[in-house]
Amino acid sequence: MEWKGRDVISIRDFSKEEIEFVLRVAERLEEELNEKGSLDYARGKILATLFFEPSTRTRLSFESAMHRLGGSVIGFASASSTSVKKGESLADTIKTVEQYSDVIVIRHPMEGAARLAAEVAEIPVINAGDGSNQHPTQTLLDLYTIKKAFGKIDGLTIGLLGDLKYGRTVHSLAEALAFYEVELYLISPELLRMPKHIIEELRDRGVKVYESTSLEETIPELDLLYVTRIQRERFPDEQEYLKVKGSYQVNLEVLKNAKETLKVMHPLPRVDEIHPEVDKTKHALYFRQVFSGVPVRMALLGLTLGVLGE
Amino acid sequence: MAELKVSAIREGTVIDHIPAGKGLEVIKILGLNRVNGGILLLAAHVPSKKLGRKDIVKVEGKFLSEEEVNKIALIAPNATVNIVRDYKVTEKFKVDVPEEITGILRCANPNCVSNHEYTTSRFYVVSKDPLKVRCHYCERTMEGEEILRNL
Ligand SMILES: [Zn+2]
Repeated sequence: MEWKGRDVISIRDFSKEEIEFVLRVAERLEEELNEKGSLDYARGKILATLFFEPSTRTRLSFESAMHRLGGSVIGFASASSTSVKKGESLADTIKTVEQYSDVIVIRHPMEGAARLAAEVAEIPVINAGDGSNQHPTQTLLDLYTIKKAFGKIDGLTIGLLGDLKYGRTVHSLAEALAFYEVELYLISPELLRMPKHIIEELRDRGVKVYESTSLEETIPELDLLYVTRIQRERFPDEQEYLKVKGSYQVNLEVLKNAKETLKVMHPLPRVDEIHPEVDKTKHALYFRQVFSGVPVRMALLGLTLGVLGE
Repeated sequence: MAELKVSAIREGTVIDHIPAGKGLEVIKILGLNRVNGGILLLAAHVPSKKLGRKDIVKVEGKFLSEEEVNKIALIAPNATVNIVRDYKVTEKFKVDVPEEITGILRCANPNCVSNHEYTTSRFYVVSKDPLKVRCHYCERTMEGEEILRNL
């Protein structure tokens, strides 16, 4: 696989081997960074971060990754400050920005925007979220976090909790996990169950899938629990929402029934899906998960820029 | 098809077994209304054993390739194509849903970039029967009625 010049748009574009390769490169960069403090693979290279909608965490993570690689960053943090507001087409914005940079990271409220940007641009484009569609670097950093924490992904029993109907993060993660030999517990309120076609695809690909509405009943089985937010807007009335919210909170009480080695992940930001009292326990993996974003994005930037050698 | 002999063509393409009422769309999709010179015939609501009623399109002086004709597979999945030379059918094939559909279908997702920016729409066929396609841009799938509504 030629990585130099490649776009990173959708987790669907990746084979298992390519995913594994990115994770290995990320691991190597993390070790090198720990040894040397800073790297200079991307010296002289410029990343343009084009955030047509704000997402401070993702942007900072990419910018940090580029700086840690020794490169520099230009860009904007919201569409309001750009010519987009004046009606410029996405294609024109991309064609302009690529004159100033070597790689583009784009976040856009419309589905498919990153794919379009990649078609227009000569330089590599990395998708940092296109509407409700894809956010491939999130999926890769989730896999990296799991691999670092357990030393493997095969053989794990993983619970996905929360809004499994609309949550793009859990959809992509589930599809990527289907490359591995895992068992998945899909834990959600009836109203927010994972779409049938995704469950069918997972089963077709050999994943054992169990659906449940109860966190309490399933938590003893799990090696890993991936928690996502349940949004108020998804429910017809407040009462229903409050009931659900209460029964899906991860706290010390719920964790009493869990394996001692259970790890809890969350893409953040959280509201109250995970009680802060969990933060200090050895179950909490979600801040480590945030950290993982940097080596994984360093790997993707370095590979697509073609500056890592090999 | 004795009743159609009147309008037989010497050289060209006959597209048969088009669902009744879809003939004009077939002409539009294939761009046959822009063919210069040759005669274009549309026989509408012709009695048919298979379809009850069907449309037939005949275009003189133009030999359509399988690839071109496959564009109409979405609206006329049972269409057959006859290539006519010197009043004789020299080649005959059925339309087949292509692997990729470009340009003729609109994405049903209102928030898809293809509905807002200058692009050529592009879909991958996930399944032929029942027909299911995935948008190249937003990755949403469309099937059945939804596809027909967005042609
Ligand atoms: Zn679309």
